Amino acid sequence: MAKIITMTSGKGGVGKTTSSAAVGTGLALRGFKTCIIDFDVGLRNLDLIMGCERRVVFDFINVINGEARLNQALIKDKRVENLYILPTSQTRDKDALTLEGVGKILDELKKEFDYIICDSPAGIEKGALMALYWADHAIVVTNPEVSSVRDSDRILGVIQAKSRRAEQGLEPVQEHLLVTRYDVERVEKGEMLKVDDVLEILAIPLLGIIPESPAVLKASNVGMPVVLDDKSNAGQAYADAVGRFLGEKIEHRFIKPEKKGLLDRLLRRTA
Amino acid sequence: MSTQVAYRDAPFQLRGSTFTMMVLKVSDPRNPNFFPVLSGKIAQAPNFFRHAPVVLDLDDLPAGVPFDFESFVKLLRNLGLIAVGLQGGTKEQQDAALAVGLALLQAPRGKVEMFDPLAGTGRSPAQGLANVQAQAQPPAHAPAPAAPVMLEPPPPPRASMLVTEPIRSGRQIYAAGCDLIVVGPVSPGAELLADGSIHVYGTLRGRALAGVSGDQNARIFCQSLEAELVSIAGLYRVSEDMDKDIRRRQVQIYLNNGFLHIDPVSA
Repeated sequence: MAKIITMTSGKGGVGKTTSSAAVGTGLALRGFKTCIIDFDVGLRNLDLIMGCERRVVFDFINVINGEARLNQALIKDKRVENLYILPTSQTRDKDALTLEGVGKILDELKKEFDYIICDSPAGIEKGALMALYWADHAIVVTNPEVSSVRDSDRILGVIQAKSRRAEQGLEPVQEHLLVTRYDVERVEKGEMLKVDDVLEILAIPLLGIIPESPAVLKASNVGMPVVLDDKSNAGQAYADAVGRFLGEKIEHRFIKPEKKGLLDRLLRRTA
Repeated sequence: MSTQVAYRDAPFQLRGSTFTMMVLKVSDPRNPNFFPVLSGKIAQAPNFFRHAPVVLDLDDLPAGVPFDFESFVKLLRNLGLIAVGLQGGTKEQQDAALAVGLALLQAPRGKVEMFDPLAGTGRSPAQGLANVQAQAQPPAHAPAPAAPVMLEPPPPPRASMLVTEPIRSGRQIYAAGCDLIVVGPVSPGAELLADGSIHVYGTLRGRALAGVSGDQNARIFCQSLEAELVSIAGLYRVSEDMDKDIRRRQVQIYLNNGFLHIDPVSA
């Protein structure tokens, strides 16, 4: 049975699209047929992060409006088998989304895919609601700082009140916390919230901690999901998170400062 | 582009197109000199008239004068002219025209110029011809005409639509029924649409779709091609499929024999 995973956060700029790309690619690498949908209508970015912006012809909104078939809009990833991207429109806005339209496309995708990842826009308005309404799972992306945590708390409340599962009194949406841009050294110095502090406020299971890493920006700029960079700590952390999502017991890494040798200290090596 | 979608799997493509045709205004068909004079005219430029399609216009025909479409069409045919339709006309004339296989065409806007290919004014013949728009398929958003009655004449065509500011990502500009001229750059994620041609004097990084109502003669011109997608009359190409050696160059994009061509414009 296909699962719909919504990547959401409330706050912008915390790494929803990066995480959607990484988790979606991670699931496809594990052999699951996965589709990532960009719900950020008007601020299309997923195609850039996935490096397929030069292949976009039709989009999600064209399919909703019946101007194109789903298969015409789906872009198959060239690197990873089983991975597809459904880009959104840059010229339209969130009003182009309708619950029925989105539901119809998700139903169609469910026939073919194992996992459907909905990359939500920031905010708690229409776009975000459309992305979370049909969710079976929600991955809440949070940075270790107070405003991001508060916004994540808010979006969790929205999921518990406004999702289809809530409305129809079904089993609730399964929530997962993904802490991104975690800088161990700054946490040690007290400049950033500890994972434990975040968990205490949000009180949902921890899926992963993604360390702050230059590899993330580098990967975005070349249009490659960071999980494919298995040398980087961020890439490894995402791969671990995917494993945990699939039920594996994997210990959290990258949450203790590395013991630096004298040479490291002299060279000031980071990451 | 919706045209492309709807008909992709069909065994045919239905597209609107604009043709230039001669209009033959008939005022006195019973004049015994009618066909001899016409024949003499044709003899002056036989190649131009050979198998030329002709639209009949009977507006100058005095009321009550009978008009025999069948024999008239045959006589034209003998001269090498092919009658294809009737412009305007009374209800009776339209019925008679339909009966002999002529199409009914709306009278074009404005006055039809008199046609004389040898007038020696230096203009090309096409400029003197009436512009007859074959029932072009309207853009997707246009409401369908309610009944096949004479419609209100559409507003006079604008020569072009001019945009002088840079076009940001997410903006969509549609030049309805005319060409689009953009002086500044077009950002990625912006979309230009025109029923006519598109001219971009800045760098074209977004999408450009010319001839969106089906005009296959529309073209796209730009100073530096970095477009995400270009399309003419529904035929498109995404940037990934564009040759590397035309990127960032001054190009024109046009259709030829059903293929989209992107050629550098040599300066």
